[in-house]
Amino acid sequence: MTAIKRDKPYSSTRNACKLCTPLGACVAFKGVKGCLPLIHGSQGCATYIRRYMISHYREPVDIASSSFSEDAAIFGGNQLFNTGITNIREQYNPEVIAITSTCLSETIGEDIPRLIHEYRSIHAGEELPAFVNASTPSYSGTHLDGFHEAVLALVKTFGVEGPKEEILNLFPGFVSPEDLRYLKDVLEDFGIGYILLPDYSDSLDNPNWTEYTRIPEGGTSITEIARTARAKASIEFGSVFNRGNLPAKAETRKHTLTAGEYLEKKHFVKNYSMPFPMGIKATDRFFETLEEISGKPTPLRHKRERGRLVDAYVDAHKIVFGKRAIVYGEEDLIIGLVGFLDEIGMDNIMVVSGARSGLLEKKLEDATGKSPSGISVLDDGDFETLRETAEGMKPDIFIGSSKGYYITRKLDIPLIRVGFPIHDRFGAQRVMHLGYKGTQQLFDRIVNALMEYKQEKSNVGYKYM
Amino acid sequence: MSKKNKAILPDPSELKEEILSKYPKKVAKKRAGSIVINDPEEHQVQQSNVRTIPGIITQRGCCYAGCKGVVLGPTRDIVNLTHGPIGCGFYSWLTRRNQTDAGADGTNFIPYCFSTDMQDSNIVFGGEKKLAQAIREAYEIFKPHAISIFSTCPVGLIGDDIHTVARTMKKELGINVFGFSCEGYKGVSQSAGHHIANNRIFTDVVGLDDSVRPGKYRINLLGEYNIGGDAFELENYFEEIGITLVSTFSGNSSILDFENSHMVDLNMVMCHRSINYIAEMMEKKYGVPWIKVNFIGAEATAKSLRKIAEYFEDDEMMAKVEKLIRREMQEVTDTLKDVKPRCEGKLAMMFVGGSRAHHYQELFTEIGMQTVSAGYEFAHRDDYEGRKVLGSIKVDADSRNIEELEVEKDEKLFRKDLPEKKAKLEAKGYKFSDYEGMMPDMDKNSLVIDDISHWESEKLIEYYKPAIFCAGIKEKYVIQKYGIPLKQLHSYDYGGPFAGFKGAVNFYKEIDRMVNTRIWKLIPPPWKDQPEIVAKFADAEY
Ligand code: SF4
Ligand code: SF4
Repeated sequence: MTAIKRDKPYSSTRNACKLCTPLGACVAFKGVKGCLPLIHGSQGCATYIRRYMISHYREPVDIASSSFSEDAAIFGGNQLFNTGITNIREQYNPEVIAITSTCLSETIGEDIPRLIHEYRSIHAGEELPAFVNASTPSYSGTHLDGFHEAVLALVKTFGVEGPKEEILNLFPGFVSPEDLRYLKDVLEDFGIGYILLPDYSDSLDNPNWTEYTRIPEGGTSITEIARTARAKASIEFGSVFNRGNLPAKAETRKHTLTAGEYLEKKHFVKNYSMPFPMGIKATDRFFETLEEISGKPTPLRHKRERGRLVDAYVDAHKIVFGKRAIVYGEEDLIIGLVGFLDEIGMDNIMVVSGARSGLLEKKLEDATGKSPSGISVLDDGDFETLRETAEGMKPDIFIGSSKGYYITRKLDIPLIRVGFPIHDRFGAQRVMHLGYKGTQQLFDRIVNALMEYKQEKSNVGYKYM
Repeated sequence: MSKKNKAILPDPSELKEEILSKYPKKVAKKRAGSIVINDPEEHQVQQSNVRTIPGIITQRGCCYAGCKGVVLGPTRDIVNLTHGPIGCGFYSWLTRRNQTDAGADGTNFIPYCFSTDMQDSNIVFGGEKKLAQAIREAYEIFKPHAISIFSTCPVGLIGDDIHTVARTMKKELGINVFGFSCEGYKGVSQSAGHHIANNRIFTDVVGLDDSVRPGKYRINLLGEYNIGGDAFELENYFEEIGITLVSTFSGNSSILDFENSHMVDLNMVMCHRSINYIAEMMEKKYGVPWIKVNFIGAEATAKSLRKIAEYFEDDEMMAKVEKLIRREMQEVTDTLKDVKPRCEGKLAMMFVGGSRAHHYQELFTEIGMQTVSAGYEFAHRDDYEGRKVLGSIKVDADSRNIEELEVEKDEKLFRKDLPEKKAKLEAKGYKFSDYEGMMPDMDKNSLVIDDISHWESEKLIEYYKPAIFCAGIKEKYVIQKYGIPLKQLHSYDYGGPFAGFKGAVNFYKEIDRMVNTRIWKLIPPPWKDQPEIVAKFADAEY
């Protein structure tokens, strides 16, 4: 494994390969039942973030803003905060209001827990929604930090100690609604009681409505979140999470916990942390863990899915073997992807993330179980650096979000769209990444893209491959 | 706009009451002024350009979005650098659909999103050094003609002085470097950003090149952003009628054209909201008059082209205009014959922008559809009520923060002939610097709503059950959950062009497809058991 050396360390970011923290937090909060997020800051952030989520999920995404004015930016926004909360209550009557900060409110040092406290005392005696807040300054970290901060905030705020229950917590990380639906199927097939957090499988991929629903249905309820503290065990997907080694936060980051770690420490819920279940090896680990926790064997259906995937690996091996890939996006997703690609013989990979946890290389080694020489890593990267490096590498395929399209267009090679954002293809909500089934779909897509490429570039025009 | 064939609308007072009843008292009072039951015969005050109420889900974006995204975004040869944390830059990266034709040298920086990507340490210790370094880098990579800097919210607070950095770098690199203090919290919407963009472009760019471009007549087109290729369509018309289009602000534009844009005989203003400032300042400084034009709608296009030819008082040009109109109207008429019977009598509503919600009503009228409700996202009173109210608009704290430039006459370049020409034409009834606003063009009892919220759109839909709703992507999937098609008038749903005659034809077909498709029958609308107050009412007229 090699870290890519830059010819020139740029101080500017040229076509970023990351999004900002409140976006991640809002995605997570959308997976809570009856929840309306409020972004505390200027309205532009909320508008941009909604716009981005909507163009990916193609669903209504209501996120309120406290609409800071210039005065508020100087003197603080508590007045606006109070008005905002009251208006949300009147219009949406939500069960939960989830508040994220922005660069602006963090810079002026808004104390959101205090604002919530004040609001509660002004409105004492009224029936209030539950509140939760995540600190999400974007000058520290990426949307993934925001996502995990939000999940952590949820279990911290709502988890309630009590007698242990026969349930499992599953913290899936930032995956697609289809992935979430799949995970629920798996757990149901195992017959395990579970709490999935967050669960935006419905709220960010709604069926058509016969009645207009101001807050979309679905999501993990706060009563369920309360029970996370009483669960028998937690599984969380990821290995980097929100553990960035960010300079100014270094001190606090040392104590940064994931939701699973927090529950383990505070409520003695055994935590199983593992990379995204992508590919056979990583998915086996997930299923073995489920077997261990439930004491039951993997249901036949999933065994057969595994078998079919192995079978497919064999059949299409000649197409993928030795192909050079560029994989970019969120660190934990990349780690999952690389584990899978390494497995199918695509071991010449460049990975790029806009995050800079400093953990990527190490965690990639863990995931592949070795220090493969074919993998090069660009930490804290952006798309322009990626492009400059990619040109020399002669890649066969890109795997990542829609944002890499301009490079693949130039290089004239296929792009497999995964992760977030996907706004130039239909059905981003239904792209699968996880499990034997998700891996199968990804594998088929990759194989077919390579075949199609070969077919189109061939001057003979194959009809059988 | 022709008023015939339209139903008389019912008085929506009850609807208005119902909408307001859900708001807390103070909020209801505030919103009441933004929701006006139109009477084209009376002059009514439309509250607008006031701060969005926190917690109400708005369509509006921020000042930075208006400055960087809207006005400067479409120019291909300025490297735009966002000074701030990563999100703001990322979200404004290629999100608008302005097209550009990079021409022979291929210079096009639109696909690049440069950001200083501020980190904690920059927030604590200041980001000026990083900014200067980023400018050097952008220069080294592209050797551009100009670099511009856009401030986001935190920058204003930590006190980075982007203008000093710009001046220093201008000296160091020998190219034009200028900055916009367009922090998102300024003003109440994108509109503040438009104004800030206009000001800086006027002081730092316009007037740098005094050469006279070839051609008998020279004009600028202001407030046309080339979404879906609209500007390309119009460029052809100007060429055909023998006019040199010096600069478009800012669809398919180049900074080289901006620099020369004061050397024209006339300014045409499309989007009054985003760009009237430059038109006004150019007139004061260089004597170039401006007229309002509209190229959305076939009739409106014909009218605007004739108006231009009248200005130049050139018979040959007028003949060319007539020939062009005759030729292009053929396809328009043919399409209308096919489309109109299927669309006639249906209801539309549109909430978008600072002028589109007005302009697009023309197209709907042409296919016999009636606009029952409309409003802007970020307009001011003059866009609703007409420029006659300009003197009487109260300046509130939010607008006071946006600088009004003091502009003086340029003694050397001032075109004395143009004001004379203007006076002469005005005496004959020709209208300059004039925009009558949206409200006089709308029907009695239509609802005019500024900065509409989600909640209000819901109520409107239940009441009017329109055949189509026009807005942007943020509203699209909400409205479509009701079984009502939403046409995006920001991105055109990746279609277009919709300007000019060809654009009109495209639009008719598009609306026909949207309102008449069978898919909607699969979605039972939430009100299927309730009577259709307005639609019935309208149908009865035919
Ligand atoms: S200010 Fe911060 S939170 Fe807002 S859009 Fe920019 S990066 Fe994101
Ligand atoms: S931080 Fe400010 S400038 Fe950036 S998107 Fe938010 S409101 Fe706009």
